Amino acid sequence: MARAAVPGGLSARRAWREATLVERRPETDSAVTLVLDVDGWPGHLPGQHVDVRLTAPDGYTATRSYSVSAPERGDRVELTVQRVPDGEVSTFLADGLAVGDAVRVRGPVGGWFVWRTGQPGPVLLVAGGSGVVPLMAILRARGPGAAPFRLVYSVRGPDDVIYRDELAVLAATDGVDVRLVHTRRAPDVDKRPVGRLRESDLAAPGWTGEDAPTCYVCGPTGFVEGAADLLVALGHAADRIRTERFGPSGP
Amino acid sequence: MTIPDGPGPTAAYDGNLMAGPLSELFALDVTVAVVRCRGCGADAEVATLRVYGPEPGLVGRCPGCDDVLVRVVRTPDAVWLDLGGVTSLQVPAPKR
Repeated sequence: MARAAVPGGLSARRAWREATLVERRPETDSAVTLVLDVDGWPGHLPGQHVDVRLTAPDGYTATRSYSVSAPERGDRVELTVQRVPDGEVSTFLADGLAVGDAVRVRGPVGGWFVWRTGQPGPVLLVAGGSGVVPLMAILRARGPGAAPFRLVYSVRGPDDVIYRDELAVLAATDGVDVRLVHTRRAPDVDKRPVGRLRESDLAAPGWTGEDAPTCYVCGPTGFVEGAADLLVALGHAADRIRTERFGPSGP
Repeated sequence: MTIPDGPGPTAAYDGNLMAGPLSELFALDVTVAVVRCRGCGADAEVATLRVYGPEPGLVGRCPGCDDVLVRVVRTPDAVWLDLGGVTSLQVPAPKR
């Protein structure tokens, strides 16, 4: 990948910038979307993340990575933050940061777990919990008439679906398929027995290894390992499976 | 820094998390670079390393043999980078 392929060039990506909260949008009981205004934002690719740094009055700093949830739109950067129990950064961002407050962000960073407009071939997105966030940026970046996209999204229960209304709209779009996988509680109309992601959730006509979709898997580490193994068992080539693990926490 | 022996807990991050800290050091995005493991000889993109952290720093292990390949620690006034576990780092670069 050439240098020019990463928005903003180099020094631009390294800089810590002031990011002011302009809007907060609750998504679920525990997830909130933060719309930040970042002066001079160099732009980003769907799937990239930013590092967010908080500084306490005594100088103590904490830095965490958050995926960007929406495609490039000027100086606006949207993050969706899932509150992690005892997470000092996520709880502050989810509950303490008010509109008008500022944090520092660095990025965009990461050039591997990205989807580029015009990238050929179908796209299979596999999300566990808040792993849906970077995948939503990819899904939102899909243009009309593009190759088919499929999102398989594993959640504990119906109340945990981030972007629920928008996903319902997207699911009715030509070329987009959304399948929700409920691990603990499912709506009555869902005939699938609750439980962890399994092969039958990923197997579908048009989505076999031979159809050669590029697969993006994001979620808690255990989920990602399991989903990637299932994809390989279904015949997907390992070099078409991109993974991003966000650690032990999550559903 | 204490580094666990053998395979660590399954709960870990991956090399995508190294993108920010490494952007302080490298001109290009190193998470798409391929490193060769000194232990088993396998090649892996930095993004696919098993990463433990984030405090006191990030430790990246080989997805094949679990050897420690890359360590990055950010102190208040320095970035420490230990590449002792890799024999080469191949970074995609613009055509010259």
